[in-house]
Amino acid sequence: MKKLQMKMHHKKMMIGYIFIAPWLVGMIIFFAYNLFRSAQFSLNHVDLAVAERFELNYVGMDNFNFAFREHATFLRVLTESITETLIAVPLIIFFSLFVAMLINRKFALRGFVRAIFFLPVIMASPAINSALDGAARAIAGGVTSMAPDMAGAAAGINTMALLVMLTDFGLPLQVANYIADAIAQLFIIIRASGVQIIIFLAALQSVPSSMYEVAKIEGATAYETFWKVTFPLVSPLVLTNVVYTIIDGFSRTEVVELAHETAFFRMNFGLSAAMSLSSSLAISVVLVVIGYFVSKKVFYHV
Amino acid sequence: MFKGVRVKNNTAKMANTLRELGLSLGRGIILAGIMFVILTPLISIISDAFMDEVDVFNPLIFLIPETFTLENFRMAFTHLNYVSTLGTTMGLALSAMVLQVLACSLTGYGFARFDFPGKNVLFGVVILSIVVPVQSYMVSLFTQFRFFGAFGWETNLLNTFGPVLIMSSLGMGLRSGLFIYIFRQFFKGLPKDLEEAALIDGAGWLRTYVSIMLPNAASAIITVSVFSFVWQYNDTFFASMFMQQLNLMPVRLVSLPGFLQHGVSIGSSAFVTLVVSAAVLLAIAPVIILYFGIQRFFMEGVERSGIVG
Repeated sequence: MKKLQMKMHHKKMMIGYIFIAPWLVGMIIFFAYNLFRSAQFSLNHVDLAVAERFELNYVGMDNFNFAFREHATFLRVLTESITETLIAVPLIIFFSLFVAMLINRKFALRGFVRAIFFLPVIMASPAINSALDGAARAIAGGVTSMAPDMAGAAAGINTMALLVMLTDFGLPLQVANYIADAIAQLFIIIRASGVQIIIFLAALQSVPSSMYEVAKIEGATAYETFWKVTFPLVSPLVLTNVVYTIIDGFSRTEVVELAHETAFFRMNFGLSAAMSLSSSLAISVVLVVIGYFVSKKVFYHV
Repeated sequence: MFKGVRVKNNTAKMANTLRELGLSLGRGIILAGIMFVILTPLISIISDAFMDEVDVFNPLIFLIPETFTLENFRMAFTHLNYVSTLGTTMGLALSAMVLQVLACSLTGYGFARFDFPGKNVLFGVVILSIVVPVQSYMVSLFTQFRFFGAFGWETNLLNTFGPVLIMSSLGMGLRSGLFIYIFRQFFKGLPKDLEEAALIDGAGWLRTYVSIMLPNAASAIITVSVFSFVWQYNDTFFASMFMQQLNLMPVRLVSLPGFLQHGVSIGSSAFVTLVVSAAVLLAIAPVIILYFGIQRFFMEGVERSGIVG
C-alpha cells in the first residue's frame, strides 16, 4: 500500500513538471538566459560592434559604482520611484474593490457602465498617448480644444483647504497629508485602477451566491457580510492586485525610463543594465516583504 | 390591534424603500463622478475627431462642432491603411491571446495543484519575470531573434509574428507572468473536491484539467483573454522592436502625427490633432466593440462556474 502511495506521489510530481514544462523551457531560453546576459553586460563596458553583435570589455563593478556614487540622478530617482509606487498601492486597492462592488450589483445600464470602467485599460496605451502628444506638439499654438492633461486638471483641486480642515479635525499631519494627496491624485488613481477593478469583478463573481443566502438567513448585516464572506473569498485576488499594482506602477516610473534612455540614447548598455538590475532587485525585495505579509492574511478554499 | 400591525409594517416597508432609493442614488452619483473623470479625455477626442479646422480657431465653440465633418476619419482611414492594419493587428493579437491562455493556464494549474521539488523557487522565478521589466534585457532579446536558432542553424525572425508567437506559447509573452499568477490564484481558490471526484471516476490528469478545471475557470480565462488581447493589440514595445515593418496599429498610430506633419503638408497644424483624434477613435473602436460582445460571456462565466463551497 505504502509503495503504491509512493508511486502515486511520484507520478503526481512528474505530472506537475509536465504541466509547467512549456513555461520552464521558455523561461530558460528567454528569461534566464537574457537575464544572465544582462548581468554580464552590467559588469562590462559594452560596445556595439559590426553586424549587431556586441563587444564586451570587463570592468568589474564600475557600472554599479558609477550608478550609485557618481550618477547625478539615479539614486534619487530610484528611491522616489519606489516610494511613489508604494504610496499608491493601498489607495488603488481600496478604490478598485469599492468600485468593483458597486458595479457588481444589478442596476440599469450595467453593461454600459462596466464598459466605461474598462476604457482606462484600453486608453492607457502608450501608442495612443504618444500619438496625441505628437499631435499636441504639432500645434503648440493657441488652440483651445486640445485634449487637456488630466494631471494638470487634478492640480485644480484645492487641497490646502482640505488639509487645514483635516488637521483642525485633530488628525495627525502625516495622515492628513496622505488623505489630501490621495484626493489630489484621484484622477491618476482612477486611471490606474482599470485592471484591478476587472480582476476584483471576476473574483466577486466567483463568490457563490449560496454563501450570501446563508449570510442573509443567519441575519448578517451588509457590513458583516462584506468582512466575513466577500472579503475572505476575494482575498487571493487582493494579493494578485497588490502585486500587479506595485509592478505596474513601478514599470511606469522614471527609473525604468532612465535605464531605457541610458541604453538607447546614450548607448551605454553596461550602465543601463546595472541600473535596471539594481532597481529590479530593489523592487523585488519590496514585493517579497509585502507579499509575505499580505499572503499570511489570504484565505484559500480547502 | 390587527390594524396597528399593518400600519407598522407599511412604515417599515416605506423606510426600506426609501433607504434602497437613497443607496442607489448615492451609488449613482459616485459612479457618475468616476465615469466623468474617465470619460473627459475621450469626450474631447471625440469632439476633435468630428470638428472642422475652421471650428478649432473659433473661440465660441466648445466641444460641440459647428461644422460637422467626417473628413478627419477619411484621412485617418487612408493614412492608417486601416483595413489591412486592423487585419494584421487582430491576427497577431488573437493568435497571441489563444497561445497565452493555453500556456499560462497550464502553468498556473501546475503551480496551484501539484507539489514538486523546486516549486517555490520556480514560482519565485515567475514573480521575478513579472518584476523585471523586459526593457532591462531587451538588447539581448533583440539579438536572440535577429539570429534565432541553435547548433549552427540561424534565421532572422524580425518582422514576422515569430517572436511574439514563440514567446506567447512558451509562457513568456507580454505580461505572461501576471497571467500565470492570475490562473494560479484562481485555481488555488477552486475547491479540490471538483477534480478529486473526476480523478476517482478514472479521468487522467490532463482530461480532468481540460474537462473539469478549464470550464470552471471560465471567468479567469475570459479575464486573461481580454487583458492579453488588449495589451497585445496596444503594445508598442514588441511591435516597434520586432515588427517595425509590419502593418501594426500601434506603430502606425505613433508615426501618424509626424507623417501628417511632414508627409501630407496640407492645411494648418490643427489639422494634425483632428486627424490623430479620429485615428485614435478608429484604433480603439474594435477593442471596445469586442468588449461589448464579450461582456455577455463575462456574466455567463459566473453562472457556469458552479463552485459550491
